[in-house]
Amino acid sequence: MTLEYKPITKLSDLPEENLFTSGHRLCAGCGPAIVARLTLLATQEKPIVVNATGCLEVGSTLYPYSSWKVPWVHVTFENAAAVASGIVEALNKLASEGKTKEAPVIAIGGDGGTFDIGIQAISGALERGHKFLYICYDNEAYQNTGIQRSGATPFGAATTTSPAGRVIPGKQERKKDLIGIVLGHHIPYAATATIAYYRDYINKVRKALSYNGPTFIHVLAPCTLGWRYDPSKTVEISRLAVETKFFPIYEVENGSLKINFRVPKPKPVEEYLKTQGRFAHLFKPENRHLIEEIQKNVDENWARLERIEKAGPIF
Amino acid sequence: MSFNKSWKEMEIGAVVKGGSGLLYKTGNWRSEKPIIDYTKCINCLICWALCPDSAILRKGNKVEVNYDYCKGCGICANECPTKAINMEKEEV
Amino acid sequence: MTTVAATKKFIEATGNLAVAYAVKQVNVDFISAYPITPQTIIVEALSQYVADGELKAKFVNVESEHSALSACIGASIAGARVFTATSSQGLVLMYEELPVASGLRLPIVMALSMRALSAPINIHNDHSDFMSMREQGWIMLAAEDAQEVYDLTIMAFKIAEDERVLLPTVAAMDGFTISHTLQRVDVLDDEVVRKFVGERKARFKLDVENPLTFGPLALTDSYFEFKRQQHEAFKNSEKVIREVFKEYEKISGRKYEPLKKFMMEDAEVAIVALGSTVGIARIAAKKLREEGIKAGVIGFTLFRPTPKVEINETLKDVRTLAVFERHLSLGAVAGPHYMDIISSLDKKDDVKIYDYVYGLGGRDITTKMIVDTVKKTIEKAKKNEPMEVEFVGVRE
Repeated sequence: MTLEYKPITKLSDLPEENLFTSGHRLCAGCGPAIVARLTLLATQEKPIVVNATGCLEVGSTLYPYSSWKVPWVHVTFENAAAVASGIVEALNKLASEGKTKEAPVIAIGGDGGTFDIGIQAISGALERGHKFLYICYDNEAYQNTGIQRSGATPFGAATTTSPAGRVIPGKQERKKDLIGIVLGHHIPYAATATIAYYRDYINKVRKALSYNGPTFIHVLAPCTLGWRYDPSKTVEISRLAVETKFFPIYEVENGSLKINFRVPKPKPVEEYLKTQGRFAHLFKPENRHLIEEIQKNVDENWARLERIEKAGPIF
Repeated sequence: MSFNKSWKEMEIGAVVKGGSGLLYKTGNWRSEKPIIDYTKCINCLICWALCPDSAILRKGNKVEVNYDYCKGCGICANECPTKAINMEKEEV
Repeated sequence: MTTVAATKKFIEATGNLAVAYAVKQVNVDFISAYPITPQTIIVEALSQYVADGELKAKFVNVESEHSALSACIGASIAGARVFTATSSQGLVLMYEELPVASGLRLPIVMALSMRALSAPINIHNDHSDFMSMREQGWIMLAAEDAQEVYDLTIMAFKIAEDERVLLPTVAAMDGFTISHTLQRVDVLDDEVVRKFVGERKARFKLDVENPLTFGPLALTDSYFEFKRQQHEAFKNSEKVIREVFKEYEKISGRKYEPLKKFMMEDAEVAIVALGSTVGIARIAAKKLREEGIKAGVIGFTLFRPTPKVEINETLKDVRTLAVFERHLSLGAVAGPHYMDIISSLDKKDDVKIYDYVYGLGGRDITTKMIVDTVKKTIEKAKKNEPMEVEFVGVRE
């Protein structure tokens, strides 16, 4: 089902009720918990949520408790998009016979469940065109199993499976272009966001649910434990990611890309990297050149997005 | 917290009532507690929106901390635009 | 593609088409499956029924069997009557979701055209895919021919969806041997089938006004209890399956029992098998009787839950058995049928059971092979030889 897009201008436009309740076991300062909370604050009608295995799933539904005041389904790690496909189509069929009511369907998975193990099921679901929103909360590693590298872990970051060693200084591969993959399916709406820009994220969720077709949001959600910073800094760091152009915020509506936050005076990427323990080894003299490489990658990525924005619709 | 129902008393398939998370209190995780200085609070609701534990309660545009669940992460204090929230050591 | 039309009380159909016809009559809400030989024709036929408006179901063409069962799980939670079909590697790609469907207590029905597992890759029949499901919490039914797979598919929905059961159920047939062989299949009227299965009344709903959480994390203080519940559901299903068989006999005139018995009244030696081999075994038993050997046949229709009661009843007076397994339990002492029979028998000291592995990768089994094997079994029993798995039809 689709909803009319009603953007909010201020937080007081949102309902008071917490549909993602207290009492979950996610870490103090958890970024994904903020994603879950903002998502359910954003929805104009109560949704059905399908959650891939991961921190958010494990931390929010330890039997006999559940922090989800909306229907919520977890099946396994890689199949949230496939499960959502089944729910969307079954509800549509049963609703056409008056046997049930439809509701917006949101699938949510971490970067492991999205970038890596779940990518096939996501591709299938986007190709088939089911009406649902997929949200990837990206904390840039398999944090649930204890900080192992994923296809979303940025270049240079140390994880337990891409450690900063004496010979290899952290992850040697660059982050996958998730939105690029998603856009290959020519879906009507795809966007990036982060929790620091909560109004932008809330409106993107609303906009995504107003589209008649599969939509996708990739939201950066810092992890205090895996990124190694003080829990109070979760939102601040996600803001810095945007201010340094490390994580550009943009949306692609019907193939037209728009950068949502121009950064007039972007801070050097170093300002972002130095806030997190996972990048600490990059500041050793022998690794300084890697910071320059990251800066170069960040600038190139921004220039690429600007080129696409300027060139007009990509499909 | 132990769970000790017989299998005969439990709903099949591990189905759980949504929102029952509220029955589990996480306030004792905290080592620091946020204190709101209402003379500085401008009711912007940022702390309410960004609390990962939904532990800032909102009544209209007024906010208060629900210490039953607050884990003391300090995001509210860090994000408050008027510095109306201070983190204070939790007394044991 | 060409499906089968109901112009008379019977159809001419392969096993695959008979399944598709049954699924259409059952009026499922939702199908998700992925093509794989020798099951493909089921999904093609169902797609055609949907495309022609004869079946008003949602057919979700997924990109893998893993997603097929995942989509079925989602649809079943949403309250739909759900069907999938697969075979061999497709089944093992679904594997992760098999215990989930059972653990979440979802009455999904699967048709399985049984086929050998890789490697080496092989498209022909044996029971290695079916047998691999043993531990995953599915009720398991096996057909001997196209008629049986039609009947069992219909009954599978009624068994699975029974409030006392709520377990996923598989109805299997031999790949190619049954799935691709044209047979006469007596069919029921659509109305009779629909009345028989009724509408699915889901125990839970995805209702935003009454939000439920499906699939939480259950640790040391609760997981065990949920397994105990599933065990109880299997216990309950023993009764339900027998009720459904009886009820189906009333509407169809066809009698189903957990174990099929042929010439067992006065048998002194029994041939045990599952699937199409049961038919060959019947001919073998007749030949053996012509030679003065009182042979009978036991065929498994119900594989899980193990039909313990019937195994004891049937083997009350027959203590020599030649067990034919179209599956090799590598590294095990014996195959699944052997293990099931031995573990079912309340009194086992005087029983002489010999286990034979045959027909892997679609290798033919002939009447003569069965006859010779039974004779060998009798000799081994006389000499009180210990059981050691033997192979029938392999080149040594």
